[in-house]
Amino acid sequence: MDPDRGQVTSAVESVRKWDAQAILQLIEFRGETTLVVSRENLRRVCEFLFSDPKLHFTFLSDITPVDRFPLEPRFEINYQLLSLERKERLRIQVKLPGNDPTIHSLTTLWPTANWHEREAWDLFGIRFEGHPELTRILMPDDWDGHPLRKDYPTEGYR
Amino acid sequence: MATTIDTVAGPSKAMVLNMGPQHPSTHGVLRVVLELDGETVLKARSVIGYLHTGIEKTMEAKTYSQGITCTDRLDYLAPLSNNLCYCMAVEKLLGVEVPKRAQYIRVLLTELTRISSHLVWLGTHALDLGAMTVFLYGFREREDIQKIFEFVSGQRMMTSYFRVGGLALEPPTGWLDKVERFLESFPPHLKEYEDLLTRNRIWMGRTQGVGHLTADDAIALGVSGPLLRASGVAYDVRKTFPYSSYDEFDFDVCTQTAGDCYARYQVRVAEMRESLKIVRQAIDRMPQDGNFRASLPGIIPPSREEMKTSIEGLIYHFKIFTEGFAPPPGQVYQAIESPRGELGFFVASDGSAKPYRVKVRAPSFVNLQSLPRLAEGRLVSDLIACIGTTDIILGEVDR
Repeated sequence: MDPDRGQVTSAVESVRKWDAQAILQLIEFRGETTLVVSRENLRRVCEFLFSDPKLHFTFLSDITPVDRFPLEPRFEINYQLLSLERKERLRIQVKLPGNDPTIHSLTTLWPTANWHEREAWDLFGIRFEGHPELTRILMPDDWDGHPLRKDYPTEGYR
Repeated sequence: MATTIDTVAGPSKAMVLNMGPQHPSTHGVLRVVLELDGETVLKARSVIGYLHTGIEKTMEAKTYSQGITCTDRLDYLAPLSNNLCYCMAVEKLLGVEVPKRAQYIRVLLTELTRISSHLVWLGTHALDLGAMTVFLYGFREREDIQKIFEFVSGQRMMTSYFRVGGLALEPPTGWLDKVERFLESFPPHLKEYEDLLTRNRIWMGRTQGVGHLTADDAIALGVSGPLLRASGVAYDVRKTFPYSSYDEFDFDVCTQTAGDCYARYQVRVAEMRESLKIVRQAIDRMPQDGNFRASLPGIIPPSREEMKTSIEGLIYHFKIFTEGFAPPPGQVYQAIESPRGELGFFVASDGSAKPYRVKVRAPSFVNLQSLPRLAEGRLVSDLIACIGTTDIILGEVDR
C-alpha cells in the first residue's frame, strides 16, 4: 500500500505544481485519492493528467455520477482514471448544481467516455456539452425522467 | 436505446439491416443496426438496454448484505467474480481484513469461474463460426465446474457464496477432492479443444486478421481483459493491483500482439491454463486452519455456535439480519479481473445501512463499445466473429 500512496501523492504534487489553484479539495479515504476540481477546470486538469509524460493517465475506467439530493451542489461526477505505466488510480470529482447539471464532454480525450456519458445522461440527466450523440442508452427513447436520481421512486407511481 | 439511424452512404446504395435483439449469435439481447453495402458492413451501431433491470437502483434500496444477490445477476456466467468484487468494495469501506484461508478459497473459486466462463465463450464462439463439437465438449467440462459450485455453495449459478468479511459457509468436507479430480481431468480436454481449433484451417480463416484492434485504440476505448491483452498490453488487475492474496501466486499474464480474433482465442486458452496453475497452488498452499470469515462484532455474523450459546452473539445476529450494518461515510472503487476484464464496483456510503450509490463498471459494457471499430469495413460474417470475440454478457451490459 505504501509505495502506491507515495506515487499518488506525487501525482497530486505534479498537479499542484502545474496549477496551484486547480485542486479545490483533496480527499484521502481507504488509500484512494480523489481530487475535487471545478467544472471549468475539469478538461484542463484531465488533459494535463493525460498528456504529462510523467503521469500518463491514459485509461479512463469509469464515470460515476452520484446524486446528493436534496443537498446542493446536487450532483457529483467521479472520473476514475488509471495510469497503466505508473500502476496507479486517481479519481477526479466535479460537483454540479441541481438546476444546471451540464459539463464538458471528455469524448475527444477518451473515446470510451462516449457510452459512460450517455449512461450518465440517461440515468441522471447530466448534460455533456460537445458529446457527439447524447441520447438515452439503457432506457427507451421515450422514457420520462432519469431513474437513478434520488427523487425518482424505487417503486410505485412517479 | 435509440431507434433512428442516419445512413452515411445515402439511400440508394446502403441497406439498413437490423440484427437482433433475438438473433442467436448476438449472445443475448444485443441489437446491432447495420448499414450494408452488399455484404460489407459500412456502419455498425449497437443498441442496448433490452435487459435493463435497474440493478443499481435496486441495490440502493437493499442492505449491504442483500445487495450480494443482485450482483449474481449481472454477469451470470461469472457470478463469483461479481460477488468477490462487491464484497471487496464493501470490505474496503469497512476496513475489514479477510482471513487468509477465505482469501485462498475465494481465489480458487474465482479461477474456476474464469475457466467455466471461458469455456462458455469458447463453445458459443466456435458454434457461431460453425464448429459444433467444441460447444458440446465445452459444456460437458463446464458442468463439472458447476457441480463443484453446487457442492460448495448449494447453487449452480446464483451462488452468492462470498459474503462481506469472508464466505457464507465453511466449504463441505471433500470439496477439494472434487477440485483435484477436475484438475486431473481438465488438461486433456483443453488439449482436445486446441486439437479441434488451433490449426483448423476454417477456424484460422474465420478468425485470423478479423476484428483487428491496435493497442492504442484499445486503451482509448477503455477495453480491458483478454481483448486488451490480445492487443499486446499486459494489463491484468490481478498483477497490477493484486487483491485477495494474488501476489502470493505464481502465474503469467498472457498476451499476444496480433490483436485479432485468433489472438484473443489464444489469450483465453492460455488463461485457462494459468487459472489451472493458480487453482493448483491454492490447493497446495491453502491454510488448513483459520476461519472462513473475519470476526467483527456487529458487522460480520457470529458463528452458529456463538449465536446459540452467547447472548451477545444472539443480539448481533439479530441486529445484522434485521438492520444490517452501517459502514462509515465515504466512497471507494474496487476493481478485480473478471473473465471479461476490469470489473469495478464504486460504492458510496452515507453512513446508513444501505449503500447510497452502487455503480458497476461492467467490462462487457465498455468492451462492446469497440464493436464498430472491430467490424466496420468487413463482411457480415466477420461481424459474427467480432461479437463473439468481445465475449459480452448482456446482463452486465444492461444491468
